[in-house]
This record gives sequence, structure tokens and C-alpha cells, in this order.
Amino acid sequence: MPEQIPANSVGVITPKVQRFDQPLTLRSGRVLESYELIYETYGELNADASNAILICHALSGDHHAAGYHNMDDKRPGWWDTCIGPGKTIDTNTFFVVCLNNLGGCSGSTGPTSINPETGKAYGPDFPIVAVRDWVRSQKRLADFLNIQQWAAVVGGSLGGMQVLRWSIQYPERLRHALVIASAPKLSAQNIAFNEVARQAISKDPDFHDGRYMDHGVVPKSGLSQARMLGHLTYMSGDAMKKKFDRDLKTNALSFSFNAEFEVESYLHYQGKKFSTQFDANTYLLMTKALDYFDPTVDHNGDLVKCLSQATCKFFVASFTTDWRFAPDRSEEIVNALIEADKDVSYACIESDHGHDAFLLPIPRYLDVFGAYMQRVANDIPAPQSETQPASQGAQS
Amino acid sequence: MNQALTDLRPDLTIIQQWVKPNSQVLDLGCGKGELLNFLKTAKGVRGYGLEINPEKITHCIANGVNVIEQNLDEGLSNFKDNSIDTVVMAQALQAVQRPDELVDEMLRIGKQAIVTFPNFGFWRTRLYLLLKGRMPMSEALPYNWFDTPNIHLCTFKDFEELCHNKGIRILNRTVVDDQHNEHWRMGLWPSMLGETAIYHISR
Repeated sequence: MPEQIPANSVGVITPKVQRFDQPLTLRSGRVLESYELIYETYGELNADASNAILICHALSGDHHAAGYHNMDDKRPGWWDTCIGPGKTIDTNTFFVVCLNNLGGCSGSTGPTSINPETGKAYGPDFPIVAVRDWVRSQKRLADFLNIQQWAAVVGGSLGGMQVLRWSIQYPERLRHALVIASAPKLSAQNIAFNEVARQAISKDPDFHDGRYMDHGVVPKSGLSQARMLGHLTYMSGDAMKKKFDRDLKTNALSFSFNAEFEVESYLHYQGKKFSTQFDANTYLLMTKALDYFDPTVDHNGDLVKCLSQATCKFFVASFTTDWRFAPDRSEEIVNALIEADKDVSYACIESDHGHDAFLLPIPRYLDVFGAYMQRVANDIPAPQSETQPASQGAQS
Repeated sequence: MNQALTDLRPDLTIIQQWVKPNSQVLDLGCGKGELLNFLKTAKGVRGYGLEINPEKITHCIANGVNVIEQNLDEGLSNFKDNSIDTVVMAQALQAVQRPDELVDEMLRIGKQAIVTFPNFGFWRTRLYLLLKGRMPMSEALPYNWFDTPNIHLCTFKDFEELCHNKGIRILNRTVVDDQHNEHWRMGLWPSMLGETAIYHISR
């Protein structure tokens, strides 16, 4: 619980829910007749609606990016280090929007929501959504909020993939794209990690082919293993050495198969915590969205041609010890953008925190990210006169 | 001369004359992006700077310059042949591992290139070594022999020989003094009187 809300916090935030009754045809061909999106906003939208920033969340993220839901919250939102008054994404300047993606389990329509056709939770029947589907639903939210053009769309990891998708799917709807610790598509190694995680979940006896809710159980063991695996791929060897080394929980070896090393009990704790908070079907779905992401499929695998459609400016950042989304994956994006003659800046930030680094307050990261956000602020157009008609974005 | 031009470091004011308006520039070791920023506003030039210093990268971004964090010693294979009009490298030639290979790379990527470096044949450098018997140090070369990043210092004549051996055409050349200003006197004996050499080259 925060004793007192820090001055540079967005404070206590109440999420909003918006229902959309226009059917959404998904990449898979299936149709979501209607759906709800839960989202939060921080800061004030200006009169021209030209200072809006969209934050796209990663695998296990949600709409709660900054601030607190109530005074009993132990921790603020997942990107509170970067979002707030005076922070990197300065809510004194920007109006920040963050939503829970479709298929999520934090309030947007997903596997735990009621399927109107059956009157029961979707469970495994919830359609597999792709990154482009998320971006379409995010665009509808932008339309609802009367935001014709985002000052920037920002995301790390799977969030960065959504940013890339925005830049080519609705090029005229954003001025800047910030792609952090991401990749143009997953590698075989990354897909393999996701598959091990999915197997851990689907082989859990409590999974019941995804209908665990009908049985009143949760595949906790599988979810926990999936999280443990994921979590350790987000850390670097150096960071783990620094944090745990070979430290034991007790003074001596017990010559048993219990968790004895600190690193073991840490992973167990993380896995257990996650297994009570996250939905297993959502986890499967999110990892599939990651695996399927490849914006070049419509361009014969040519990333340059694919990114040629973009009209925004780009900022790309990576972290030296991130082996899950390594710097050379970000450099693939950068090189394609250069070849496509796009405005792009790139920083590879020294850090020993692995993939997790993109959420941490690393001074150089915040400096360079902040400098770019200042540029985003400088590019907010001067207020238009009221007589000028607002442009209407019609496509969906 | 407009205000922005007078604010520019003098060697960069010479370089900018050789860059065509609305062309594309790649600046190797772009520092805080002064040249690219000037070229963008004054000549409508588009371009990228490569830099490895974190503070300078942040400066570039703050200046609205496209900057890519990239180590010149790891090559430029990510840039395609003839993809850039002008490749510039100001005061970095002497600090890279293989200046000869980098010059080749500059002319593979660029239709033309501009290189500046401290002339080790400058009279004061020669005199320093002659009289003191020690590795020359000056305002332009402020480092000790053991900690200098300038690992491949060369003279005006050395660079011309490299160009000759590689069949590189020298389109323009000039020298400037320690204030980076041009003076007619230096034109009389550039290899002796010029402190900084500026070459405009192509294939």
C-alpha cells in the first residue's frame, strides 16, 4: 500500500470499459460479434486531440500501466517508472491511453468472458486473435476517443510488435512509433520456448482441454511452470548471478529434491503468484499471437517492402543482455527502415537485466527515451482554429 | 551567410558546400548531429548519423537527427551499395581499426565521400617530435600515446597515397588551421601548414 501517492504518480485511477457492437473479423476468419475493451487514461487530451499516446502491452501486461487502483494496492501499474507527471512519458504533456488487449483476462473480452451464444464463459472457444486484430480493435478505441492521430504509439516486446503493425496498418494514424526490445517476428528458439510453456499448461491434469472453469479448477501447476520458464528467459545470466548466485535458503544442503537454492524458490514464488492471477487460455492465446506475428507475410517475406508503407518516424531500442529479443533483432527492424528510407533512431542500451530491462529505470534508457519523447512533444501541431473542419478517418 | 552557418564548426562549413540540396547523407561518427541538423534545415538533406557515444546519441535525438547506435569498426554491411549520395566522416578516420577498409566502404555505399582528419604532417607536429623527441600532443591531439583513441594517425601525403593506390579520385581537398579556418597561406604548402585535412573523394 502506498502510504502516500508519490508526487510523480498519476494517482488513483479508475479503469473504463467500452463496448463495441460492430463485428470484428479476425485474421483467422472468425468473427467477434461484439466485445468490450477495458482501458485507462492518464493526463488530459488537448482540444485538437493531438497529444495522445497509445501504450501497447506485452505478453502478461494489461491496461493498468500507471498509478494505483486504490490505496490498498501494493504496487503501481506495470510501467509506472515511465508514465507520470514529469516522467519519461510525461502526463503533463501527453494524454496516455493503455488498454487490455482482446483475449486478455483483465477486463477486456477474452476466454473468461461470457460467450453470448452459449451463456457460458468462452474458455478454449475464444478465437485466436492476431496482432493485427488487436491493432484494429485499438483503432476502434481511438475512433471512439476521437483521436485521429496518435502523437506516438509505444510498446515493448509483444507491445513493440503492435507498434510495428500500427505503422503499416494505419500509417496516417500515428506520427511516431517507439519499438522497444522487440523483433520483426519470433525466431524458432522463441517459438520453442512458447511451445514448452503451452505444453506445460495443456498437459496439466486440471486443464481439461481448456474447460477448467467448468470443473471449478485452475491449471495452476502448468501456468506456474509456464511462467517460471518465461520469467527466466526474461533475465540474463549475469542478472541472475547478481541477484541469487548460488545462495541457499538455509545454511547447508539438505540432499533432498526440495527447492534449496534462492533462485529456485524465487522462480517458484513468481510461478505461484502468476498462476493465481492469470488465465491459462489467455496465456495460450497471447503466446500464439506472438508466434504468428510476421507482418511480412503479405509482402513475400520482404521487411523493407512491408515497412515502406509506414509514414511515421521511428525510435527503436534494445538491451545488450536481452537474449529473448536480442539487439540484432531490433537491428533487423532498423536496417529495413533505413533501406525503406524512413526516419529512424536506434539505441542499444547497456544493461545486465536481460529482456526485463525495458521495464526498469535504467538511467541511459530513460535519457534517450525521454529525449525522443521530447521530440514527440515538439511535433504536436500548434492548435488549429475552430473553423477548420476536423479530418474524418473512415477506414476500419 | 545565414546565422546557422556561422554557428557551425568551421570544418563542417566547408564540408556542407559539397553536399547537394535535398540529397541523402550518412555521417559516420556524427557526434551530436550538428552537421546533419544544419544540412536538414539549410539544404533539406535527409540522412542518418552513426555514433557510439551514449550522451551524443541522446543529443542527436534531442536535435531531431536520425542517429543509429553502431560501431564503425564492426563494418557497414547493413548499408546497401550506392544507397547514399554522400558519406561523411569527420575526425574519425584516425580512430578506426582499418581506415583503408572504411574508406572503401564509404565509396561502396556513397556516390561520393568526404573525409577529414588531423594532418600528422603539420609543421608544429613535426617540430614537436623533432625537438622534444616525444609523441606530439596539441589541442587537436590532446592524448598521451598510451591512451589515445587516435590509433591510425596519418599525414596529408599518406592519405593521398592511399587514394592513389586504391584508384580513388580526389574531387576537392583543403586544409584548415587549428581554428578550422581556411587561409590562402596554407594552400601554398598544405601538407606542412594545414592542421586538419579535408578531402572530397569519389570512385
